[in-house]
This record gives sequence, structure tokens and C-alpha cells, in this order.
Amino acid sequence: MGNVGSGVLDFLQQVVGGIALGCVYGLIALGFVLVYKATEVVNFAQGDLMMLGGFFGYAFIGQLGFNYWIGSALAVLAMAAFGSLVERIIVRPILGYPQFSVVMVTIGLGFALRAIAGMIWGTDDLRIDTPFSSGVVRFGSLVIADDKLSVIVATALLCGVLWLYFNKTRMGVAMQATSQNMLGAYYMGIPVKRVFSLIWAISAGVAGFAGVLLAPIAFIHTNVGFLGLKAFPAAVLGGFGSIPGALMGGLVIGVAETLSGFYLPEGFKDVAAYVLLLVVLMVRPAGLFGLNLRKKV
Amino acid sequence: MRPIFQTDYDQDIRLLRHPGYWWSYGTLLLLALLTPFAVGAYLQSQIIFVLIYSIVGIGLLILAGFTGQISLGHAAFLAIGAYTAGYMQARGVPFLIYLPLAALLTGAVGAIVGFPALRLSGIYLVIATIAFGFIVEEVAARWESVTNGNDGMRIKQIDLFGVTLSRDGYGFYYLCLGLLILVVLIALNILRSPTGRAFVAIRDSETAARSMGINLAVYKVAAFSISAAVTGLAGCLYAHKLSFISPEMFTLLLSVEFIIVILIGGVGSLHGAVLGSIFVVMVDPFLSYLKDDMPRILGGLAQAVGAPNAAALQETLSAIASAAGLKGAIYGVIIVIFIIFEPYGLYGRWLKIRLYFELFPLYKKATFRRQKTYVKSERNR
Repeated sequence: MGNVGSGVLDFLQQVVGGIALGCVYGLIALGFVLVYKATEVVNFAQGDLMMLGGFFGYAFIGQLGFNYWIGSALAVLAMAAFGSLVERIIVRPILGYPQFSVVMVTIGLGFALRAIAGMIWGTDDLRIDTPFSSGVVRFGSLVIADDKLSVIVATALLCGVLWLYFNKTRMGVAMQATSQNMLGAYYMGIPVKRVFSLIWAISAGVAGFAGVLLAPIAFIHTNVGFLGLKAFPAAVLGGFGSIPGALMGGLVIGVAETLSGFYLPEGFKDVAAYVLLLVVLMVRPAGLFGLNLRKKV
Repeated sequence: MRPIFQTDYDQDIRLLRHPGYWWSYGTLLLLALLTPFAVGAYLQSQIIFVLIYSIVGIGLLILAGFTGQISLGHAAFLAIGAYTAGYMQARGVPFLIYLPLAALLTGAVGAIVGFPALRLSGIYLVIATIAFGFIVEEVAARWESVTNGNDGMRIKQIDLFGVTLSRDGYGFYYLCLGLLILVVLIALNILRSPTGRAFVAIRDSETAARSMGINLAVYKVAAFSISAAVTGLAGCLYAHKLSFISPEMFTLLLSVEFIIVILIGGVGSLHGAVLGSIFVVMVDPFLSYLKDDMPRILGGLAQAVGAPNAAALQETLSAIASAAGLKGAIYGVIIVIFIIFEPYGLYGRWLKIRLYFELFPLYKKATFRRQKTYVKSERNR
């Protein structure tokens, strides 16, 4: 009996760890989805934006000595400003060109960001002190570290706010309209360019948020951006155009990865996400939550 | 401008459009044959890399440039070719057998990858190929009985009829050159055949291609397979050139490098693969030049004009030049600049220059303007 109990507990423990990891993937995937929905640009630099968010957090909290809460808020705001700058300088000139050009531009942007962050902050592991860095919460015999719990709670809150924004505010609805048809939205008097700026700001802000949240779990390092590549499967599983889908996809990937790391032989952990992705793509090419529309001729 | 008097439909698909081609490409071939005698050992080694990258570039062009199926997983095909070569060589199979075998095996894997790609397009395909690349990288690291895992694999020199071709020697250079020419000829012949026309039709519109009776499944799988086979061939050469292979060489970064090759060279023509390879391979020597000489020269200049803090300037410059990740930054900036300002790549620039002189006072920029579309077409297709 005791053996079975500890087996179940192990499983639950892994699932909770997976959910926390999945929330991070979900947050990055959310950034992908926001930008993709509104501008039909797949932002391969999303992971690197998250990395930059972590460094901004480090700059405000560790280097300039702000309080954790104020420092993270400043980091998110700075990332939002950076996001709209990127949109204005790099993305806007190539809107309307084939998707592939845009993809390559964001890949290039990601390289450049990684290198520049490395030049400014070096390539050592950095960390910031957060209120969640130590301490655990116990539910019965289930132990959850504070840092993981903070990720889960913050993700849930952020998703609630974004949902309200997109469904209840004027600008949010305008963004939905833009995402469905740029030209149509423009004819209806929606300031499409401003919508794009704003969407990039929000998405970079979300990335910055994820970066700061991740700081206690992973270190702040230039290679954190590669997590973005794990978030891709998450976004695709969710159907790339759906906000709840992105989060669900992130959770699925996170849990699958943690469980395969625990139960399967070494090596499966790193490819679990991709294997899952290929399987889903073969069965449902537009993702689990995606709409499969066909062009009419 | 040379007006071509058309008397025959076959003229449209002739490889050599007019006698001038004999001169220009003959000169190019002669120069390529004489190169090893004119350059130093380091440069020759870099040129061998250019040749190998060009082969990969042509493979990728067939898939991405002409069939419109973007792959960010070509490093995986290269890895399969390289490991096939290493495995076979260790078991005593002669070079002339494992070279085509590497291409065939990679081609077969390419066909297998092509099947799921049938249902995917655009961004989903890009992501699926990235996933494929990661999986192959992981398999190469774990399948230790074949690949030696993370310890890597040592590749011996090529043994061709008892003659050893050292990886920096003339022999290897001519082997790579010969294979590149062969691949170019094969690619040109595929592209002017009905198969190549079908590829281009699929790129321009899948719906239209299908309504013209093109079997999408067959041609997409064929494109993947041909592209993978060519890349596998290059992988075999790549393994011999490096003389040591390990899984961490075949990462996403390498796949991106290949995409940069065709992007910078120009996606519309096979010339692009070679021009892009020259560019990408020469970034490395350029960087080391930047690291070693540039700060000294600029510092000396500052000193000559009498700037007050010339020494400090020189130190800052050398710190920037030797910063880790400079290569990544340069790649990043190059990609962004090329896509925004030179979307047709280096070959496109050459076409523009040529057209400028051909039409001399009448050249207009609009000839090469890209069309923008704001209607969402890629999502519902």
C-alpha cells in the first residue's frame, strides 16, 4: 500500500512540476500566438525576448537595486517599449511579404539579441533574489516549491487579464478584427498600424514577464532563449491561433516532458516535445484547437 | 542587350542559351580549376567549404526555392549523410560505394520526412522540420553503437583506388568541384524537365497546380527526397573535410546557416547557392581579420589624426571584436538587412546591375518591386 501511495505521490509531484514548466512554455507560446493572430508573423525571437526580459529584470533589480515588484514591473514595461520599437523598425517594412521572409527576419533578430545580451551582461549564470527563491507550500504530503507555484499563479492571472482585454475592451476587439482581416479592419477605421505596435508591445511584455518569472527556476543566461524552441510545439499543439490553446499546449508539453524525463530512459526528455508535435501534426495538421479552413478558389 | 532570335521551342529549355555562355562558364571553370595553384592552404580549405556548402545550397534551393517547401532541418540530412559515410568507412566499405549510398539513404529518409510534410504548409512545415532536426540530433547522440554518441566519430582520409586524398589536398578540392558540377547539372536538368516545372507550379499555387493535374503527393515527396539526397552527398564530403563529426555539429544553427546561404545568394536561381556559400563561409576569415587587425588599424588611424584617447579606443574596439557571439550578431544583422533591402539576394543584385546597363537610360526600380499582400491568405489555404 505504502509503495503504491508513494508511486502516486511521485506521479503527482512530477505532474505539478510539469505544470509549472508548462506554464512557462505556455507564456512564451502565448507571445507567439498574440503576434501570429494579429499580424500573421511567427516571431522566432520570442524566446530571446524572454531572455532579454530576464536580463532587464536583472538590470533593474540586481544592478540598479529596485525592489523586486517595482523592478519586475519596470522590466515588463521596458520590454513592452522594446517590442513596439522592434515592430516599428524591423517588422513593419516587411509586412505583406511572404511569411518566410518575416520568419527569417525574426530568426536574425533572435541571433542579434542573444549576441548583444551576451556582450552586455556576459555569458555567466546570473540570478536575482526574489521573494519566491526559497520556501515551499505543502498540500498534504505534496510539496510545491514557491517559485513553481508563483509561475502557475502568475500565469493564471495573466491569462485572465489578457482574456478580459481581448474580449471586453474596444482595442481588444479591434485586435481580433485585425487578426481576422487586416484590410477589412483598415476599411472599418481601425488604426491597424497602432494595433500592430500594441500587439508587439503586449507580446514582448508577456515575454518579459515570463523571463522574470523564470529567473528563480532557471538562471538568467543568454541560452534561455532556446526554451522558445520548446514553446513552438506548445503553440502548434494549441493551433497557433488560439490563446487558450497556447496555454493548453504549453501544459501538455510541460507535463509530457517532465513525465518522460522521470519514467523513460535518458534522452527522451529532450525530444518528447518534438515527437509529440510530429504526431499531432500528422493527425491534425492545424493543431488540436486550430481551425482548418480551406481557401476557396 | 542580346536579342535572342527564337526559332524553336527547345530554345527555352536549352542549358546554354547562347554561345556567350560557353565563354563565361568556360572561364569560370578554368578559374575554378586553377584556383588551388593560386591560393594559400587556408584559403583553399575555405574554398572547399564553399564547394560543400554550395552543394547543400543547391539541395535546399530545389526544395525551398523551387518547390516552396521551407526546411529548417537540413542539418539533419547532412548529419545522416556524414554518419553514413563514417559508419561505412569504419566497416571497410570503399568510398565509391558509400558516397552514393549516403545520398540514397538520406534521400530515403527525406522521402519519409516528405510524407507528413504533405499535410503541412507554411509555418507548420518549418516547425515540423525543426522538430525533425532536433530528433535526429538526439538520435545521433544516443545511438552509440552506430554513431559513437557524444564522443563523436573520427573519419579517415578518402582512399580512392589506393590513392589517399588528404582533406586539404588538391585531390579533395577537385573531387568536391567535380561533385558540385555534377549536382548543378543534375539540378538544372531536373528543373527544366516536367518535374521541375511541377515543382515551380506547386510553389506558386498548390491549388492551381493540382487543378492542372499535378499530383501534389508525388512531387512534394520527390522534392524532399531529391533535396535530402543532394544534402546527404554533401554530408559525406563534409564528414571527410572535418575528419571528425559529433552530434553537436548538426544543430539548428547549421540549418539556419544553410537557409542564410540561399537567402543571401538569392532564392530564384542556382547561382544563388554558390554566391551565398561564398558569403557565409567567408564570414569566418573576415571575423578573424576583424579581431586581429581592425582595432590596430583604426587605433593607428586615430593616433595619426591625433585623437586624445587613441589607446583607449583601440582597446574598446578589440574588446568588441573579440566578444563571444559576434558571429551570431553579424549573422542576425545580415539576415535582417538582406531581407529588408535586398530580398533577391546577391544574384538579384547582379541581375539588377546587368539590367541597368542593358536598358541603360530606361532602367526603372519598379521592375524588381515585390508585391505586398495584406489579405490573409496563408491561414486559410
